[in-house]
Amino acid sequence: MEYEAVIGLEVHAQLLTDSKIFCGCSTKFGAVPNANTCQICLGMPGVLPVLNRKVVEFTMKMALATNCRINAANVFARKNYFYPDLPKGYQISQYAQPAAEHGYVDVEVDGAKRRIGITRIHMEEDAGKLVHDDVQPWSYVDFNRTGVPLIEIVSEPDIRSPEEAVAYLRALHEILVKLEVCDGNMQEGSFRCDANVSIRPKGSDTFGTRTELKNMNSFRNVQRALEYEIKRQQYLVESGGQVTQETRLWDDSQGVTHSMRGKEEAHDYRYFPDPDLVPVVISEEWVEEVRKTIPELPMQTRERFVKELGIPPYDAGVLTSSPGITAYYEETARLCGKPKVAGNWVMGELLGHLNEEKKDIKESPVKPADLAELINLIEEGTISGKIAKEVFEEMYRTGKGPRQIVEEKGLVQITDEAALAKVIEEVISANPSQLKEYRSGKDKLFGYFVGQVMRATGGKANPALVNSLLKKMLAG
Amino acid sequence: MKLHELTVHELQQKLRRGETTAAEVVESVIGRIDEVEDKTRSYITVLRDSAREEALRADEEIRQGRARPLTGIPVAVKDIICTKGVRTTCGSRILHDFIPPYDATVVERLRGAGALFIGKTNMDEFAMGSSTETSYFGVTRNPWDLERIPGGSSGGSATAVAADECIASLGSDTGGSIRQPAALCGVVGMKPTYGRVSRYGLVAFASSLDQIGPFTKDVEDCAIMMNVIAGYDPRESTSVAVAVPDYTDYLTRGIEGWTVGIPKEYFIGGIDPEVESAVRQAVAVVEGLGARCIDISLPHTDYCLAVYYVVAPSEASSNLARYDGVKYGYRSQESRELMEMYKKTRSEGFGAEVKRRIMLGTYALSSGYYDAYYKKASQVRSLIKRDFDEAFKACDAIVTPTSPTPAFKVGERTDDPLQMYLSDIFTISANLAGVPGISVPCGYTENGLPIGVQFLTSHFEEGKLLQVAHAYEKSSGVEKRRPNL
Repeated sequence: MEYEAVIGLEVHAQLLTDSKIFCGCSTKFGAVPNANTCQICLGMPGVLPVLNRKVVEFTMKMALATNCRINAANVFARKNYFYPDLPKGYQISQYAQPAAEHGYVDVEVDGAKRRIGITRIHMEEDAGKLVHDDVQPWSYVDFNRTGVPLIEIVSEPDIRSPEEAVAYLRALHEILVKLEVCDGNMQEGSFRCDANVSIRPKGSDTFGTRTELKNMNSFRNVQRALEYEIKRQQYLVESGGQVTQETRLWDDSQGVTHSMRGKEEAHDYRYFPDPDLVPVVISEEWVEEVRKTIPELPMQTRERFVKELGIPPYDAGVLTSSPGITAYYEETARLCGKPKVAGNWVMGELLGHLNEEKKDIKESPVKPADLAELINLIEEGTISGKIAKEVFEEMYRTGKGPRQIVEEKGLVQITDEAALAKVIEEVISANPSQLKEYRSGKDKLFGYFVGQVMRATGGKANPALVNSLLKKMLAG
Repeated sequence: MKLHELTVHELQQKLRRGETTAAEVVESVIGRIDEVEDKTRSYITVLRDSAREEALRADEEIRQGRARPLTGIPVAVKDIICTKGVRTTCGSRILHDFIPPYDATVVERLRGAGALFIGKTNMDEFAMGSSTETSYFGVTRNPWDLERIPGGSSGGSATAVAADECIASLGSDTGGSIRQPAALCGVVGMKPTYGRVSRYGLVAFASSLDQIGPFTKDVEDCAIMMNVIAGYDPRESTSVAVAVPDYTDYLTRGIEGWTVGIPKEYFIGGIDPEVESAVRQAVAVVEGLGARCIDISLPHTDYCLAVYYVVAPSEASSNLARYDGVKYGYRSQESRELMEMYKKTRSEGFGAEVKRRIMLGTYALSSGYYDAYYKKASQVRSLIKRDFDEAFKACDAIVTPTSPTPAFKVGERTDDPLQMYLSDIFTISANLAGVPGISVPCGYTENGLPIGVQFLTSHFEEGKLLQVAHAYEKSSGVEKRRPNL
């Protein structure tokens, strides 16, 4: 029997606010343990939460960018459970009336478009972190992360393959980063994902028993974990067994999932509206105000590049893979007026060098204005494409402008016909046997002569001119 | 009269005129504490040294003509209100050694008004109780009869005022925990409108019901205290930004032409005849002041107790989850793993009544029961609130008994939680509806136990509440007695 996977994803994204969701503490990552804490995020007796309005605004941005409906009144609820990293014994989250519902994002897998539904987006506070002692049988708690704002984005069970799952995650990721509401760092945990997976006979419209996968901290791991889990479930079912509803942890090193806790041990979180917080009322005006601040999203940018600039779809994808690259490319293209050429340079030379050194585009020693000027130098015939690559190397190494480098090194292209003819004459007379062979029909040797001329001019000869002059002069 | 027997407004005058000093006042109060504290057990912590130091600074301030409203006045604070650097126990073993690194907003405000802190008062554990018998630190006794309970949960704050162990105090009221002990101890006690006084730094019992309020020797003092503690607090989301008037302005206005409602549901079987007759007499006094008394109905009164005992334990079960032995307070030392540490810490750290309510609340919020209990209770609660909204369309104030009985004997109801819960039957509705209420002494039983009458007004009408309470107090003809200790 053929099976299909049914996958739903829960994404947690840390919001990039300066302060925590219910107190004034800093959200900065990497501080000494418990430096970013106060009586409120430590859950001391008698303290009360006050909502950071920026969190609502950031959440609204993401909701609008993913076509969600924003709830006019949204309510914070307490999710009750005991754990040492949860100082109040409950997490302030949202339950019955979340921030936003009924959205979607469109993704593309192997050229096919799919629409993945978003069930809900809600706001909540992050928990702290346990640090286990290497030697002693005890643990420490670091509450720096406690109270850092999160949004949870819950998808519909619309996803049918690991590839679709990753495409959906990448879509959310690039939107969050573009909106500047999340830094998207998966290693530091600012972008985390859990998956609900089940399988069913292809064509069936009922759901199988699902498992929940946790601990996948990269796109690659999401893909691998889902592939493994789908196979595992399929093997179970095909060998006469049954999938049990449980939470499973992905083990990166072993490449398998392990059972963490079963349904019987599942928590009853006893959600109820938090009486310490009043419902957040979101007016139409506020929504419109936030809507105005939403920039063009990566998917829209890609479409525009393809349609208006004639960039191939794959290239458009690369050029929109981060907001920094998009901005760099657009600036370069605007300054030189050659979007396709600019695209090739950014994708080829620039990203090649940056990736090699694992540098962000913001750290590029070559600025868009300089790259645009370099392109202009080629287009106006001042230098050849070949020389341009040399000039780029120098630009990247020294940060100097292209014109300066061309002048300093005397790299200006030779377009003077008489001067070039003189060089060709010398080349021909220095290679009598090759000339003979060429004239007797060995056309291939034309390339040899071009090479010799280029060598003699240090690569500065205008290639088109070399071609036409050579043809004429070799013919005698 | 001795200095510790005086009221806030009497001491204000004496201090300003130079007839006494804050140091003398504090010594008088400390002397009184030393004299009677063995009998009443009003306090968990007495702050003799720091109060003396504060008194010296207060006298300096007075000399320089910079006296503030409460400069030099010794006040006591219920041990559920956080005081920076001073142990705040909530009457519980689980917080027996907890020292907050911050002041509650009300404590800041009292400090800002010049008050001296004389001590932290005893209470039912986490404010759960009506008799101040469930405290880890022992039972507080009613100054009028040491065999009897003072009411609760703010029993220590009530007895400290009644026995002149402080000049005024603060309590907290979740279902009657200020008004009921005020009635049983013969002092004035007020629960303001929900949102009127900041809850920041008040250790939460039931967040949607808790409210801080004063205990005082008369209604004028209550107005003075309210002037200091009321007001919007940006640190509390449920605090309301309604302007605070000068409450003392209302005291002399009288109530001629007012309409006062007598809810029929509050004069029912089970009410002590002496209490009923004293309250009926109070109604007559109010009528004599030119108010028209009318019968009204609060039709959902019967559901108050049931709604309360779903909502309050539910919120409490969540509010008290933070006492897990991880960060502060009591931790059982013998555990080898986490679950065991939680279980032992909480089993050993909480008393029986607290555990009972945590279990009740946990059950009511459980999946599958939530709709039938918590959700239903919340719905009925809005009907109860509507009863009051309707009633206050027709009247300026409502009069009821504060407590169905005078003070009962220590131990009399400890084995019967339901009987204990009935102590708050007339006070709970104000918490559910969020309206302000005040208890004022209205007489004594034949055995010499105080009786209180409760006035209620609409949301944020504390001014009118003090107006009717003061008018009544001035004309009540209730003899001013002092407990014989």
